[in-house]
Amino acid sequence: MPKRDLISIDDLSRADVELLLDTAESFLPVLERDIKKVPTLRGRTIVNLFWESSTRTSSSFDLAAKRLSADTLALKASGSAVEKGETLKDTAITLSAYSPDIIVMRHPSAGACQTLSANTEASVINAGDGKHQHPTQCLLDLFSMRQNLGRDLDGLKVFIVGDILHSRVARSDIMGFTMLGMDVTLVAPPTLMPRGIEEMGVTVEYDLANLKDADVIYLLRIQQERIKAGANFLPSLREYNEFYGISQARLRPGQRVMHPGPINRGVEIASDIADDDENLIAHQVFSGLAVRMAILYRTIVGYSDGSASGEVL
Amino acid sequence: MPDTRPSNEAVVLTAEQMSRTITRITHEILEKNPVADKLAVVGIHTRGAYLGDRIHQLLCDVGGRGYPSGKLDISFYRDDVAARGAVGVIPSTPQPVVKDTDLPFDIDGSTVVLVDDVLFTGRTIRAAIDALFDYGRPAGVQLAVLVDRGHRELPIRPDYVGKNLPTGLRERINVRLEECDGIDEVVLVRTQEGG
Repeated sequence: MPKRDLISIDDLSRADVELLLDTAESFLPVLERDIKKVPTLRGRTIVNLFWESSTRTSSSFDLAAKRLSADTLALKASGSAVEKGETLKDTAITLSAYSPDIIVMRHPSAGACQTLSANTEASVINAGDGKHQHPTQCLLDLFSMRQNLGRDLDGLKVFIVGDILHSRVARSDIMGFTMLGMDVTLVAPPTLMPRGIEEMGVTVEYDLANLKDADVIYLLRIQQERIKAGANFLPSLREYNEFYGISQARLRPGQRVMHPGPINRGVEIASDIADDDENLIAHQVFSGLAVRMAILYRTIVGYSDGSASGEVL
Repeated sequence: MPDTRPSNEAVVLTAEQMSRTITRITHEILEKNPVADKLAVVGIHTRGAYLGDRIHQLLCDVGGRGYPSGKLDISFYRDDVAARGAVGVIPSTPQPVVKDTDLPFDIDGSTVVLVDDVLFTGRTIRAAIDALFDYGRPAGVQLAVLVDRGHRELPIRPDYVGKNLPTGLRERINVRLEECDGIDEVVLVRTQEGG
């Protein structure tokens, strides 16, 4: 079986996505029982390489691997040979000595996962590469939507609001949401809207005038570090909040808010929304574990749809 | 419909025989467990779960009381997932869609009757026992199968057997059930290339 990477959402067919979501659902009972562990990936080795900070993604990948009984190895940029100037290729060659089955990587540069994949026998799972893709976030978003809004997401209207320009989450979500038949609208100030993004099959708007049409409002973090660095993307955070911040007052009943975290209270999201359990923000974190277990499991056992008989034992 | 049946298939249990066999197994379970207050029936997906439902229903009817029952999916406990490149593992074994494991009773202290359709290598049962123990500590585990076709690779022995059917490795046993196949029957299939 050739190795299977997950670098971009378009590495997956719609059937693959649905199989991953079904598989994630089947892990939920495992996570609820006393012994929250299955022996499925016993003896497998999974390396987590996080060249950029992460809380949710790195912790859930680590726990997902452990719940599947795999051995995990975590490496961070600080304190590793990267600080001494080792290249990604050499890191990949070094890690090959341990024969890992999967390398999960977050990296500040788009395309780093392809480079890694070309230099290792292991399957590579992208945990976020620069402004390119964050496919596992998209899958857990889809999982949260399906668990809370019903299995059929076809025709669901989603508004993605915020810093589209710098967001790898937005790029993966646009692909995944449209793949499952959702109607996606992007809202951002012109400075944070990439040119030509309409080609991905989305509607582009520059204000919240049509927000009432949305079933789901997906907020993106305003990356304050980029704003403070002096680039003139926004006049001020207060002005952003005035025009694009979402508070209860801007919503109609029944609209659900999502956010990949970490949130900026009082910037893109008001506290009354962040703390309202009707929204899916906490559920997204919960979904991360089951979905990442499903991704690790399918990467190793394959994406067969099970139409053939499995009765070989 | 004998004329529509492929020539390499032979019926080994008809619907009527299957029904009698299931009834007999149920009585044997009651005979072997006269005072089992915590007797429970757990079927192994897919066909074992349907057979488990039938045995459970009969058990409640004949026993005159309710017994707990459940279903077990063993996908996450298979030994051909972790054993990469192991000798004897059929390459690119399709991994079926995982079904629900549902054990809505306390496993601790229960006598669990595992139910499966065909007993072959014993690896499924090994996986099922492992899965069961991750939910609790049963007082005992018994095994009921509709067909025992031999070729065990592990020291596993059924407590209740519908039919002993010595087979060749090139033969296959297909259990068909009303619930998923529209007909109750067990057939022996001779294949060309084995499997």
